[in-house]
Amino acid sequence: MSEPFFELKGSLFPLSVIHSTDLSEAAIRAALEQKLSQAPAFFHQAAMVIQLTPEHDAIDFIALKHLFQELKLVLVGVSGASPEQKALAQQAGLASLRLGQNSKPSPSQPQTTESTSSSEVRVEEVPMQTKLVEQNIRSGQQIYAKGADLIICGAVGAGAEVIADGNIHIYGSLRGKAIAGAAGDSSKRIYCQNLQAELVSIAGHYWLSESLQGDYWTKQCCIQMQGDSIAIRDL
Amino acid sequence: MAKIIVVTSGKGGVGKTTSSAAIGTGLALKGHKTVIVDFDIGLRNLDLIMGCERRVVYDFVNVINGEANLKQALIKDKRLDNLFILPASQTRDKDALTKEGVDKVLQDLAKDFEFIICDSPAGIEAGAMMALYFADEAVVVTNPEVSSVRDSDRILGMLSSKSRRAENSEESIKEHLLLTRYNPERVAKGEMLSVEDVQDILAIPLLGVIPESQAVLNASNSGQPVTLDQESDAGQAYLDTVSRLLGENVDFRFLSVEKKGLLKRIFGG
Repeated sequence: MSEPFFELKGSLFPLSVIHSTDLSEAAIRAALEQKLSQAPAFFHQAAMVIQLTPEHDAIDFIALKHLFQELKLVLVGVSGASPEQKALAQQAGLASLRLGQNSKPSPSQPQTTESTSSSEVRVEEVPMQTKLVEQNIRSGQQIYAKGADLIICGAVGAGAEVIADGNIHIYGSLRGKAIAGAAGDSSKRIYCQNLQAELVSIAGHYWLSESLQGDYWTKQCCIQMQGDSIAIRDL
Repeated sequence: MAKIIVVTSGKGGVGKTTSSAAIGTGLALKGHKTVIVDFDIGLRNLDLIMGCERRVVYDFVNVINGEANLKQALIKDKRLDNLFILPASQTRDKDALTKEGVDKVLQDLAKDFEFIICDSPAGIEAGAMMALYFADEAVVVTNPEVSSVRDSDRILGMLSSKSRRAENSEESIKEHLLLTRYNPERVAKGEMLSVEDVQDILAIPLLGVIPESQAVLNASNSGQPVTLDQESDAGQAYLDTVSRLLGENVDFRFLSVEKKGLLKRIFGG
């Protein structure tokens, strides 16, 4: 069988979305420069999308595009555009994107932005992917959910390792090792139905089996960071 | 279509060869044409347990290398007409087995036999992988103690990732748990894991529980598969196991401590 030489496939990519009430070049430049000074490598040539609202008017997309280029960022498109805004964006060679159903920010969702930026600019990460495993993880097996949450419908055996950059949910006994927030995010958590772990770790902080032999041993629980140390609580 | 069943465990000395011999013999007793293949190249034992060690002329590796044909290497059991043994080579090592060679031999056996029992070597290296690669079903032999259970867990992981069925994304290998050397008295005292403990950890269907028994040792020493000793508890437990393997519904026996009668207590037993 020969491979088809051309295919179109739908794929999902994480994009940073800029929300700001003021889309003038000067305001965006100030806010972005401040963001970049915090983590220059992280945003290098990062693809970005600007979230529009009907209140925005007469935006100079061409100037913004040049600004992004200058700052070594790539402005790929706009989201939530009105027909007029769409036409303007198209002239600047930007795509008009629509948010997927699940990625609309819900109004009750707490804002995760640090209050560092002067205006209301915030860079929002699109929700993480999820890796689903519907079997027992046996001794010696290792599962890594890169940039994703990990859901295991089964048990994690002694000597097995489950690792995720996001949260870990285990709908079975956890007898092996579980490492959440592997990329360093300490807000990630581990949920399990029966705690008998060899090790649990969140963002590099870890507890061995010895420290886990408390009230929650063999019980269902949630493991999370509380300040600088790991804490376990009821589900 | 022949069914290929691997008898495996990860850990050594838990009773793989004894179980291969006993299950193979049990299948033959129930009228199914069966061959037991010894994959433990270099540590040949199956022929001893089956009592045919003096009749080994050609072996598995000879067949793979084309130095003998299957007919020459297969040893017919003297007790049962429909039971055969393909012995391992004692002088070679496990690298003598190639995937293509093993595949060819198993395909040839499949034309003639209903059941092909593959007696796996211990460990998780090439030899054990070769034994499980072509399997349709797996009997995971486990002793009720933690190290054996952990090794079985490891092998179960291999079964679901390293077998031909896994590589071709076919229906996965049917896994069975066979608990051997089970001693209900020691379980009651808390010195041994119970059936429930092991099942809880491994989470696969229980095929059989073989009680720890002097009969097993006697059988091995005399080269008589224990299934032929139908007076013994272990022999009966293996026959039950074979029935379950054939899809029959049989109650589990020998799981609880036997109450000794007054006479037995006085005269011993």
